[in-house]
Amino acid sequence: MDDTLQFTVSPDFPPDRLSGWFVFNTWLQRQLGCSVHLEMYDGFSAQRAAVADGHVDLIYANPFDATELVRHRGFVPVARPQGKSDEVVIISRASSAQDAIEALQPGVRVACTTDPDVRQIGLILLEPANLTPADLTLIDTDKHLLSAKQLLKGEADVAFLLADAYDGFSKLLREQTQVLVRSAIRDIHHALLAGPRLTARAAELQQKLVAMGDSATDRQLLGELDFPAWEALETEDVEFMIDVIDTLRAGA
Amino acid sequence: MQDMDPGFVPPPYREVLLTYHDGSVRKVYVTDREEPYPDGHLIVSRTNCDGILTHANAAFVEMSGYTREELIGQPHCILRHPDMPKAAFADLWACVQRGEQWHGYVKNLRKDGGHYWVYASVIPNVRDGVAVGYTSVRRKPSRARIAEAEAAYRDLD
Repeated sequence: MDDTLQFTVSPDFPPDRLSGWFVFNTWLQRQLGCSVHLEMYDGFSAQRAAVADGHVDLIYANPFDATELVRHRGFVPVARPQGKSDEVVIISRASSAQDAIEALQPGVRVACTTDPDVRQIGLILLEPANLTPADLTLIDTDKHLLSAKQLLKGEADVAFLLADAYDGFSKLLREQTQVLVRSAIRDIHHALLAGPRLTARAAELQQKLVAMGDSATDRQLLGELDFPAWEALETEDVEFMIDVIDTLRAGA
Repeated sequence: MQDMDPGFVPPPYREVLLTYHDGSVRKVYVTDREEPYPDGHLIVSRTNCDGILTHANAAFVEMSGYTREELIGQPHCILRHPDMPKAAFADLWACVQRGEQWHGYVKNLRKDGGHYWVYASVIPNVRDGVAVGYTSVRRKPSRARIAEAEAAYRDLD
């Protein structure tokens, strides 16, 4: 393996942030003084395969994947985006009579990425309608945009989406849909994690990331990622988030 | 734990003496008002091994009617509603102290004497093989499940 560090971002990022992540990657190379390659995987399964093969050194992970990476793959927490948490929306077509969660009936067709946090939280948000996974037909997609398209084509009745992704959709697309519910959890979020090849430099990287908030130029760069600053993320912070996620999984 | 302050409870209400697992007693005031569970919210809290609240998210604070400052440091049973059977909480504590998860429907008491129903999941927080506390997440249950829980709890102590 060469010395180039491999960086990747959870495939659930809003598409309009793509260029921001490449600019951030350039910043990382300057700060770490080494080559960093940013690989954007097409879907969660491809990204997980790369992690399993040891091809990821730094990852901006969704909270459910962060659980696996920290507990079982030797990744350590570095930073989290300030003020951002992972929330989910459930949408239907704007013209649909299914205009509230309680209006959904067994047999409902749900378009959803294989993004584990979106799926888990979406299922929880359906519980007030007394719907369980056995009552649903799940239609897997690789991108949140594809979930919305399944909905608009009439091949799904509702879609589970990361709220950030939905908010990044065009006005036209959002006007063709209605939000049935938006989660308000606040306690789970994406996390930047360092893999085994980068662990020794994790504290140094954390310091540089947190200092980005002090520089107007760096804040502008972070603005392209849609958050104002990085916050230091400690092991206990991630352990707490993992506990919350385990509790969500346990109650499903 | 201090008795509830009836000044925060709009009449009509009933006064009940609650006896907790450790033998302590608290006077609470209860109305029939149910606070609607807001769509999409998940209530998250954390306690130490003695059941003392160490974390409460915004939804927890909002639904309880207390301020965060009034909650942190208090026993979690500050939310105990007299309609909840002791057996349910005994089962909860027995489960999590064995290191297992617990799930159940719970009627919680608000500072204003009202109540709200939740579906609660509780897990032990294990660090280096040792339980250091408990995390609980509650979500909105369906009316059908609430009706079942109400009926079941009426038959218990």
